[in-house]
Amino acid sequence: MKLVSAIIKPFKLDEVRDALTGVGVSGLTVSEVKGFGRQKGQTEIYRGAEYLVSFLPKVKVEIVVDDAQVERAIEAIQKAAHTGKIGDGKIFVTAVEQALRIRTGESGSNAL
Amino acid sequence: MLKVIAHTGALAMFAMPASTAAWAADKPQIDTGDTAWLLVATALVLMMNIPGLALFYAGMVRKKNVLATAVQAFAVAALVTVLWFMVGYSLAFTDGGALNGFIGSLSRAFGSGLLGSVHELAKTVPENVFLMYQATFAVITPAIIAGAFAERMKFSAMLWFMALWLLFVYVPVAHWVWGGGFLGAAGVLDFAGGLVVHLNAGVAGLVCCLVIGKRHGYGTEYMAPHNLVLTLVGTSLLWVGWFGFNAGSALSSGELAGSAMLNTHISAAVAALVWMAIEWASRGKPSVLGILTGAVAGLGTITPAAGYVEPWAAMVIGVAAGAVCYWASVILKTRLGYDDSLDVFGVHGVGGILGSILVGVFATRAINDVAKGQPVGLVDGNAGQILTQLYGVVAVTVFCAVATWVILKIVDAMVGLRVTRDEEVEGLDTALHGERVQ
Repeated sequence: MKLVSAIIKPFKLDEVRDALTGVGVSGLTVSEVKGFGRQKGQTEIYRGAEYLVSFLPKVKVEIVVDDAQVERAIEAIQKAAHTGKIGDGKIFVTAVEQALRIRTGESGSNAL
Repeated sequence: MLKVIAHTGALAMFAMPASTAAWAADKPQIDTGDTAWLLVATALVLMMNIPGLALFYAGMVRKKNVLATAVQAFAVAALVTVLWFMVGYSLAFTDGGALNGFIGSLSRAFGSGLLGSVHELAKTVPENVFLMYQATFAVITPAIIAGAFAERMKFSAMLWFMALWLLFVYVPVAHWVWGGGFLGAAGVLDFAGGLVVHLNAGVAGLVCCLVIGKRHGYGTEYMAPHNLVLTLVGTSLLWVGWFGFNAGSALSSGELAGSAMLNTHISAAVAALVWMAIEWASRGKPSVLGILTGAVAGLGTITPAAGYVEPWAAMVIGVAAGAVCYWASVILKTRLGYDDSLDVFGVHGVGGILGSILVGVFATRAINDVAKGQPVGLVDGNAGQILTQLYGVVAVTVFCAVATWVILKIVDAMVGLRVTRDEEVEGLDTALHGERVQ
């Protein structure tokens, strides 16, 4: 099993969700996050007080999938979240040791 | 048809027997139209303060201070109302005998002698309505000051300061200008409170933020407004409520009230556009906060002039308000480095000074014949009115600055003005009130 974490532009969330369900992903977790990469920040001005806001709002999508599904899931996210402009985000993949469905006690791939 | 009825009415009045006429002279002639308008205007001015000013300010602070900021206007409304009824109204608006140049008497303390009476300034309205109308002005003036020390003053210190400031600054200044004191006697004109309300609150705000000091992290930390929608709603309520403030100050419901309302609306609209245009041209974007602030600047600046000037002059005043208050809030404040959190001085103080001086330029007998047929302002040919207005500006500014400084020092010695650094970092909502917005 692998954990796929994708940091994407907030307005791309629905497209990413559709793309992932399209390749058979049956659940995901979304959080609103802030951060910066190459996009840096933006300037806000309030009555002359200028602030360089270095943390931009992003959405983090997390899914846990079978090893066999990982490549398709990554490809689906990359296609759906892509605009070609700076700030599209990143995808990280890490190994997952265990999974358990709380209601039934099923574990491993059966819990996904 | 209407004309005929009116004539008949007039004839009937002339035909009144002598005894009835004498009785009419003794008993004040209450005009129901004037009274109804003043009742409504009173509600409008209270609405300016709660929720108008409370929301206007609450949207501009950081989220951790939103409740503490909003409740200041609310608590001041309650506190000032009680003080106004007890002694404030009487000291501001009655004849003080030998001391009348400076302060009134206690003849109307606790509302005594109100029933069956009218005030000299509003002879067609019951005096209890006049007291209520003036109470709402007494409420909003100190509440405006709170924007200058937002996000760092103790709640207890704020209450002490507001009570003392009302009694020792607002009440005397209202008496000097409106209640029969030396400034009104000198011919200083202030239709709805350019001196008494806006300059007074603005100068007090400047002194407050200088004495209390900058917010922790000012100039380095992110202190952007947390929700400008609240500020937009608050500004809108202020704009609508200002019709009660300025048109109500005609103290009657005729053409003069109409002039004041028209001028108020024009100045607010023009100043909002001017501020927007300056910001757009110089900073690249028309900010929401800029448009809102411009409108408030236009409203504050027209206040002393609303019932004295023609509508074209209100446009000129609106342009001046947008440009000068922009300069004061954006450029002057940054250059001098004081932390007037919500620009009380830059908007209200500078707007009040500007408007009060411009009254001397644009006041005309065509709108309000206050000089009994003689020229009123520069446009009528009386340049001297500008000097008279300057006299009012200097007198109120100097007195307000000194008295506010003394009151702050007293309150600091009593309870301490400022929250601790830890409380300020934590946020005043939880630190002072044990509540927060989720």
